[in-house]
Amino acid sequence: MDLDLDERTRQFRDEVASWLAANVPDKPMDSFDSAAGFAQHREWEAQLADARLSAVSWPEEFGGRDCSLLEWVIFEEEYYAAGAPLRVNQNGIFMLAPTLFSHGTPEQRRRILPKMARSEEVWAQAWSEPEAGSDIAALRSTATRTDGGWLLSGQKTWSSRAAFADKAFGLFRSDPDSDISPAAHPPRTPPKDRHRGMTYLMFDLHADGVRVRPIEQLDGEPGFAEIFLDNVFVPDADVIGEPGGGWRVAMTTANNERGLSLRSPGRFLAAADRLLELWRRDGDPADTALASRVADAWIGARAYQLYTFGTVTRLADGGELGPESSVNKLFWSRLDVELHETALDVLGAQGELRGEWLDGWLFSLSGPIYGGTDQIQRTTVAERLLGLPRGAR
Amino acid sequence: MRFALSAQHIEFARSINGLLREAGTPAVIRAWAAGEHASGLALWRRLAEVGVTALAVPEQHGGLGADPVDLAVAFETMGYHAMPGPIVESIAVLPALLAPDDALAGRWLPGIADGSSIATVAMAPHVPYALDADVADIRLQVTDSGLAEFTPAAVPLDSVDAARRLYEVMGRRAISRRETAADAAFDHGVLACAAQLLGLGQRLLDDSVEYAKQRNQYGNPIGSYQAIKHLLADVATQLELARPLLHGAAVALAGDAATTSRDVSAAKVACGDAGYLAARTALQVHGAIGYTAEHDLGRWLTKARALRSAWGTPAFHRARVLDALMAERAS
Ligand SMILES: Cc1cc2nc3c(=O)[nH]c(=O)nc-3n(C[C@H](O)[C@H](O)[C@H](O)COP(=O)(O)OP(=O)(O)OC[C@H]3O[C@@H](n4cnc5c(N)ncnc54)[C@H](O)[C@@H]3O)c2cc1C
Repeated sequence: MDLDLDERTRQFRDEVASWLAANVPDKPMDSFDSAAGFAQHREWEAQLADARLSAVSWPEEFGGRDCSLLEWVIFEEEYYAAGAPLRVNQNGIFMLAPTLFSHGTPEQRRRILPKMARSEEVWAQAWSEPEAGSDIAALRSTATRTDGGWLLSGQKTWSSRAAFADKAFGLFRSDPDSDISPAAHPPRTPPKDRHRGMTYLMFDLHADGVRVRPIEQLDGEPGFAEIFLDNVFVPDADVIGEPGGGWRVAMTTANNERGLSLRSPGRFLAAADRLLELWRRDGDPADTALASRVADAWIGARAYQLYTFGTVTRLADGGELGPESSVNKLFWSRLDVELHETALDVLGAQGELRGEWLDGWLFSLSGPIYGGTDQIQRTTVAERLLGLPRGAR
Repeated sequence: MRFALSAQHIEFARSINGLLREAGTPAVIRAWAAGEHASGLALWRRLAEVGVTALAVPEQHGGLGADPVDLAVAFETMGYHAMPGPIVESIAVLPALLAPDDALAGRWLPGIADGSSIATVAMAPHVPYALDADVADIRLQVTDSGLAEFTPAAVPLDSVDAARRLYEVMGRRAISRRETAADAAFDHGVLACAAQLLGLGQRLLDDSVEYAKQRNQYGNPIGSYQAIKHLLADVATQLELARPLLHGAAVALAGDAATTSRDVSAAKVACGDAGYLAARTALQVHGAIGYTAEHDLGRWLTKARALRSAWGTPAFHRARVLDALMAERAS
């Protein structure tokens, strides 16, 4: 058991660190949820891609570096330690791409990934619907068979970055008989497998029949959007996996979102580091209650880092990312809120003023909701990790 | 980098686990709490046979010279079974306290290794009392000026964990002015205590999950209700994230890293919080049956409470973490 990085990983880390030191802009960019900020972040992604640093874990042929999972975790640590911009194409690079590697065709990978690596195409995730939040299997948007492809209709919502993104991926009901929502006509008794009859598709947010309505979030920026679809044509080439087999494909995406790739330890280590700096500058050492919370924030970030090293080792040994991904998500979502709350309390009367910490706190509040709420994750941990009996949903 | 227990670690844990399960620690714990040590001492000898007591003793003194990761594995497993006795003091602390070339090491450590000797160690201010001084043949107090032997008080203090028989230190006699590795010994004690807490917590969780599957109310197993599920999921999450800190601290201690005390303290904080949450939750999940002296749950619950503030309180360890982090930034 050891925590030593090998020579290759150390060299990679040093290369990344020096590139970032030379290239990360001094001035923070505007929020990527504003029009101006979105454009700035897109440019930054192209710059990262030029250095082959936008998707380091991908194969070289798609613009990556074939990095191991460990190297990717190290990359992330350096990335956030350098204060580099948030990743505007995270839903593409960290969720759709792994899904394509598992379930996509070679043609899809060749066509989609290079443009994703440079953020020539920025992706949004379109799963949630007004009546299908936690219970995503209740979704009602449809994909209807047509010549050479599918026609999409219905409404998606809460789609992050969709206000300015180019493309989206989502789940659609392709077998109307599988609709189990209370609104189905005629009403149906839920089948044994309520996860059948759904298809995973990609579509263009600028295609005919698509209307995007941005929604302002707590910070006042249009961070997500509603998507209205009216007979939007999608060719067969943009189905991922088997028609009707979308649920299984979707679980890959979801596990990536919770498990590892979307929120790596680097983010929290960097935030804990900034909190320590804030404490050193502004903290009142006599306030031992607050000092304890500062210590806890660092302990939490370190725990998540080491836990991730354990996960990396397990996966390298051929293990799988199972229900542990829910443990992961429960931990970081809470850590993020507590860390930012602590920073605001250190800031005292300044804490209510808009700024990096306040924006970070606002965003942290959504962590226990998106990617499957904390309640849903707890149920998953209890049933799938601890083996408790299934109960009413 | 390989951050996972090796097959040997897992095999070692399994052998200790099998031995303790077979022995049935609940009866041993109850006897120990009443001052009847025979079954506990027999178990101590069994642990010595599989090498647990020899782990940290250098090879030249008949030990295994194993590293702190092995200690963490052994103590987590002993915590899982709430093994009574001065295991931290004898197995983790004393070997770390004495330089291998110290005459005292030659005198005491072979007996520790083979299980024929048992030590207790007091280290004020964090370890003010001597655990199980009545069964220990080596009774030490670590002070700023060296080592002292002592005579314990006639009767033990009352700990919340009746199996922790704590003795006040009386009649001191200095035996060595030689510098001891008091800091390293303390860190070994903290690590072992943290590992015990993690093991206690894991057992409390496992037993609660089992109970929640079997106990029916309102026509369903209580474990099918979300209120119960979510409590247990929180415990599982905290334990899962405390374990890597424990192993990380063991790796730091093994490599004598500059961050050792920071890492050991972080592990103690996290394992203490997780173990204690597991105890509170276990009682809630069991209901009144868990509140009885007859049920074994109380043995684990009271030990979790006691160990949470043994070998340094949570406040002390949090401060130590933060001080170390601030010092890192200043340099
Ligand atoms: C910032 C942000 C970004 C998002 N980005 C995207 C995106 O890009 N794409 C996308 O598709 N979606 C996105 N979402 C939507 C997100 O996935 C959903 O909000 C989430 O799945 C929860 O659904 P809901 O909001 O409808 O809440 P509901 O499902 O209505 O839940 C409301 C409350 O009830 C609880 N609850 C629900 N069911 C149960 C149950 N069975 N047991 C116990 N408690 C239950 C929940 O935990 C929650 O507390 C985003 C959300 C946020 C906040």
